[in-house]
Amino acid sequence: MEDRRYYQALTRKMAMIMILVSFAPLLLISVIIGHRFETSYREKVLAHLVELVQKHQQNINIFLSEKLSFIQALANTFTYQELSREVFLTQKLKALQKAYGGIFVDLGVVVEDGIQTAYAGALKLEKADYSEADWFRKAITRDFFISDVFLGLRRQPHFIVAVKREEDGRVWLLRATIDFEAFNSLVESIRIGETGSAFIINREGEFQTRPLIAPVLGEELLRQILVRAREDGSGEGQAHPLIEKMGMGMLRVEGLGHDAAIGEVMLAGRDFLYVTTPLKSGEWILIFQQDESDAFRNLYQTRVLALFIILMGGIGIVVVAFVLASRMSRHVEEADREQEMMNEQVIEAGKLASVGELAAGIAHEINNPIAIMVEEAGWIGDLLHEEDFQDSENLAEFKRALDQIRVQGERCKEITHKLLSFARRTDPRVREVQMNDLIQEIVGVTEQRSRFSNVKINLDLDPSLPAVAASPSEMQQVLLNLINNAIDAIGTGGGEVSITSRVDGEKVVIDVQDTGHGIPKAILPRIFDPFFTTKPVGKGTGLGLSICYGIVKKLGGEITVNSAVGLGTSFHIHLPIHGR
Amino acid sequence: MLSTNVLLVDDEVPFVDTMTKRLTKRNLTILTAYSGAEALDVLRKKQVDVVILDVKMPGMDGIETLREIKKEFPLVEVIMLTGHATIETGIEGMKLGAFDYLMKPCDIEVLLAKVQEAKGKKSAHEEKITQARIHEIALRRGD
Repeated sequence: MEDRRYYQALTRKMAMIMILVSFAPLLLISVIIGHRFETSYREKVLAHLVELVQKHQQNINIFLSEKLSFIQALANTFTYQELSREVFLTQKLKALQKAYGGIFVDLGVVVEDGIQTAYAGALKLEKADYSEADWFRKAITRDFFISDVFLGLRRQPHFIVAVKREEDGRVWLLRATIDFEAFNSLVESIRIGETGSAFIINREGEFQTRPLIAPVLGEELLRQILVRAREDGSGEGQAHPLIEKMGMGMLRVEGLGHDAAIGEVMLAGRDFLYVTTPLKSGEWILIFQQDESDAFRNLYQTRVLALFIILMGGIGIVVVAFVLASRMSRHVEEADREQEMMNEQVIEAGKLASVGELAAGIAHEINNPIAIMVEEAGWIGDLLHEEDFQDSENLAEFKRALDQIRVQGERCKEITHKLLSFARRTDPRVREVQMNDLIQEIVGVTEQRSRFSNVKINLDLDPSLPAVAASPSEMQQVLLNLINNAIDAIGTGGGEVSITSRVDGEKVVIDVQDTGHGIPKAILPRIFDPFFTTKPVGKGTGLGLSICYGIVKKLGGEITVNSAVGLGTSFHIHLPIHGR
Repeated sequence: MLSTNVLLVDDEVPFVDTMTKRLTKRNLTILTAYSGAEALDVLRKKQVDVVILDVKMPGMDGIETLREIKKEFPLVEVIMLTGHATIETGIEGMKLGAFDYLMKPCDIEVLLAKVQEAKGKKSAHEEKITQARIHEIALRRGD
């Protein structure tokens, strides 16, 4: 369980590092380049809009001044008398119309009191009285005049270009009507994207051209904004009082000087770009509006694409990081286990031999005192049978205590006998031994026990195994110890013990492998030590493996072990082949 | 039935003493010796049926003593007592003519049974010898 948590933590840590390392540059680059790109793209779009609008401003101004200069030329070249002749005037109009298409609708000469004295055109407006007309009042006070667009007498949108002349004390105007459609098309041609369009308003906020797309801002609001932009130069970041009142969003206006401004307005959740520029010496204002989402469509599309790529890349990175990390930690786990299994314990022979001799000596010396103690206890027992003691109330206790001395004496005896057999062999005569036969014999002996413990014993014996030089009874003891240990390690849960015999170079190798609980690393180097046992007191003497070790070593062989906790243990006995 | 004479041989004095008490209590006549040489002396002087002999003793050890006993008193049965778990020594002893071997510490009742068995065997031997002698005498008389 502890291991599992360790490897899970390892997986998480590796995945986190991979994710961090992959994400950091990705996000950093995305943010930095994204920001730079957005800034410069916005600047570029806005600059383009300003340029476009300014170009059209020039075009429109040129258009107007051109038309004005024709009329001025006419008025200056010819006298009132000449121009008052309708035939002459019509001739001039025809010439203008021929040169410039239907832009000039009509020409007229208006005298000081507002009466049109001469007229050329399709509408028969001779003797029309303009004295009350707004344009006339303004035109009569200056040298030349271009009116706002109005419906006029003919109920058609148009505007008037008028030039004032003073001749021999007489004041008169030469006026021309400019076709609204021709003028309108100039402005209509400013089309960008789906929502970008332009229109012209005058100072009062009246439309001078037909907006193709309904302007977002009302006329009054536009006027206010323009006034404000003019006054402040820049209204950036401030909510316009009117917009605030109308519950609209933020307005950002950058003054570009003298009625020219560029700004963003947010209305009803939509952002609009506004570019304004003065026309006709500031009497008119050209306004270009466009949905921000339309103006920056490419930018937003790129941004969505980038976000999508980052998101997908991110998911990919996370998935790959976790898959790789868990695969890697699985490899580490396997490697760790293999490492543990490979960690063969070769025992220090010298230390073990001396400990064994010492143990044998002690065992022998202790055996006699124990025998005496047991006999003395037996003697007391004998005496207790005599009649004097039969009535003693502690008789049962005495008997129990004596019995205990006898039992413990037996235990000591068992230990010392095993110890002594560790030092001196039962039948140490070495002869030619076929290990396979021996293995089968011992497996037969342990069958009962293994069946009881629900342990399956698998044999994989090399039929061509050469004989080894060993004492059969000693080898029996070795195998018996190892198989019993294997069965003990498996416990009651059931498992498998595999015994294989094989030839490895000059040695015969016997492997006894179990699927038991394994030996913890900490105690692995001590398992061959005499008296080292993990069994409860009284259950094991701790001599089994040291006896095995002593026997195998004496025969010029070697015994090694590898074990992994939870996986099992395998012991390997290497014995020299007989006659080599 | 005649009392069984048993000679107990061991270099461990307290062991010999206690065993003497216990076996005496079980109606055996116990003679004691604390070494192999001493045991042979006793055998020469006294009538002994069974010898209980410790294998490991200083000086003349159990096996050697056994050899001597069997040489001088072939009819005396010997039970070996060994502190060693080695079947080896036991078997060696048996080969040399010991009746049986027991491991120390041993159960008193087991020992007693062995002694009785050994005594029985010795008696049977002696009986046969007596019979043989009677037969011999009878043959001689019948000439």
